[in-house]
Amino acid sequence: MDWTERLTEKLDSLLGRKAEAAAPEAQPQMSGPVLHYTEQVIDHFSNPRNVGEMDPDEADGVALVGDPLCGDQMELWIKVDKGRISQVRFKSYGCPGAIATSSMATDLASGSRLEEALRLTDDDVVNALGGIPENKRHCSLLGIRALRAAIANYLRKSGPSALQQLASDL
Amino acid sequence: MIYLDHNATTPLAPEVLEAMGPYLTGQFGNPSSYYQLGREARAAVERARGQVAALLGSRPEEIIFTGGGTEADNLALRGVLQAAGSGAGHIITCLTEHHAVLETCGDLQRRGVEVTQLAVDASGRVDPDDLRRAIRPDTALVSVMAANNETGVIQPLDQIAAVTRQAGVPLHTDAVQAAGKIQLDVDGMGVDLLSLSAHKIYGPKGMGALYARAGTPLAAVLTGGHQESQRRAGTENVAGIAGLAAALSRAEAQREAEGERQAALRDHMESALQKRLEGVHVNGDAAARVPNTSSLSFEAVDGESVILHLDLRGICAATGSACTTGDPEPSHVLLAMGLDPHRAQGAIRLSLGCDTSSEDVDTTVDALVEVVPRLRAISTLS
Repeated sequence: MDWTERLTEKLDSLLGRKAEAAAPEAQPQMSGPVLHYTEQVIDHFSNPRNVGEMDPDEADGVALVGDPLCGDQMELWIKVDKGRISQVRFKSYGCPGAIATSSMATDLASGSRLEEALRLTDDDVVNALGGIPENKRHCSLLGIRALRAAIANYLRKSGPSALQQLASDL
Repeated sequence: MIYLDHNATTPLAPEVLEAMGPYLTGQFGNPSSYYQLGREARAAVERARGQVAALLGSRPEEIIFTGGGTEADNLALRGVLQAAGSGAGHIITCLTEHHAVLETCGDLQRRGVEVTQLAVDASGRVDPDDLRRAIRPDTALVSVMAANNETGVIQPLDQIAAVTRQAGVPLHTDAVQAAGKIQLDVDGMGVDLLSLSAHKIYGPKGMGALYARAGTPLAAVLTGGHQESQRRAGTENVAGIAGLAAALSRAEAQREAEGERQAALRDHMESALQKRLEGVHVNGDAAARVPNTSSLSFEAVDGESVILHLDLRGICAATGSACTTGDPEPSHVLLAMGLDPHRAQGAIRLSLGCDTSSEDVDTTVDALVEVVPRLRAISTLS
């Protein structure tokens, strides 16, 4: 069979029915915008952990932080019991990256001692999610910022003894 | 899968592939070649040019085939400005144009051209009186799109053309999103240049055309060959050209019936959403819109979060504009219409097509009625 016959036959098959599914290829270098979220991001986005609010008198610490670049917002509440975050709740407005990183930050902080929670970084959140797209990195900054601000709010409210305890734990 | 992103691209229509087939296979000749095979390719190109010209109400020699809508916009803007003379000059466009026009204007500005970007009203329409006031003696071109890619809003081109005609300034329109949706008659519209793209009308990607009225000064942007009457160098994409002509013919033949059908589906979708959900806004609905496009803002939720939920349910939709995937800035079109940033951030675009059924629309409405309240339940803004 010559070239043109083979091409024509291929085209006929395309016209007549769907082409056979091509074998998956290795991911090439991306030249254009692309967003790929990991399974963990999708999981935390679809089923965010620790969602909710606390009454002002119920919460030991609270914080509201925002990302002025994209308008994302996160509000976070903590209950503290013997230097440990016994309960954490959050609400979040933003893109999937913001929701997933908010959820993961609360997941990492939940049940941890205050000094452990204060040592958590944005990288810890991103790594726990298996990475997030580079252009979404700024969205991942809200969770840790809100957590630290809520702990600071707790420390301000509970006076010097809590601060001394934390200093010695650190 | 439910595909509701026809303003991003459309599937190739079988009859378009059929029209392209011979030139992807046996008829592979170069239209500039001397022998029979080349002459056949030339005949195919000129046949397609005649078809496109007839559909636009123009003459064949006024059609320049390009490598897409973006290239057609570039040729119109750069070509007219370059032909207008050395150095400076003035171009008028509007804030809601596609980036193909806006960023080309930005580049021309860096090269000394002065650019006026007209503001738009709450629906995204240009006021012809603003245009009249903006025209100067050195204005070389006015470029206003026929229909907006994000909202589907149709610009009052007849009134705009009346102003440019009176001032003797050529008028370009990016009709990429208007083709197959509103009638494109270059004399009726009063335009001097008009950009088209094949892949938005069930044709191949990487194929477009520019209509340039005879007598409109236009310099070549791509050099390196005599093709397209010296206005666009490069061996003609014969299969793509045949595909564009077939796609435009097909789109025009179906335009009225499909327009009616899609508008009914779109309107049903919008009213069902507004009935079943609180805080749903249809952006640009006060103006005339092309029948297939719906820009929706959901209060207190982010548009990308909505479309990822839809994606997880097998529904393809866009935020403001597919071009801005990964761009944290809200849509420039919606901001220009005066939407507050959160409402712009909450916008998604659903664009229907020939393959959209009423079941697709109902499934999408049900999905949105499920996911929007879920996102609101965790939102700090609700």
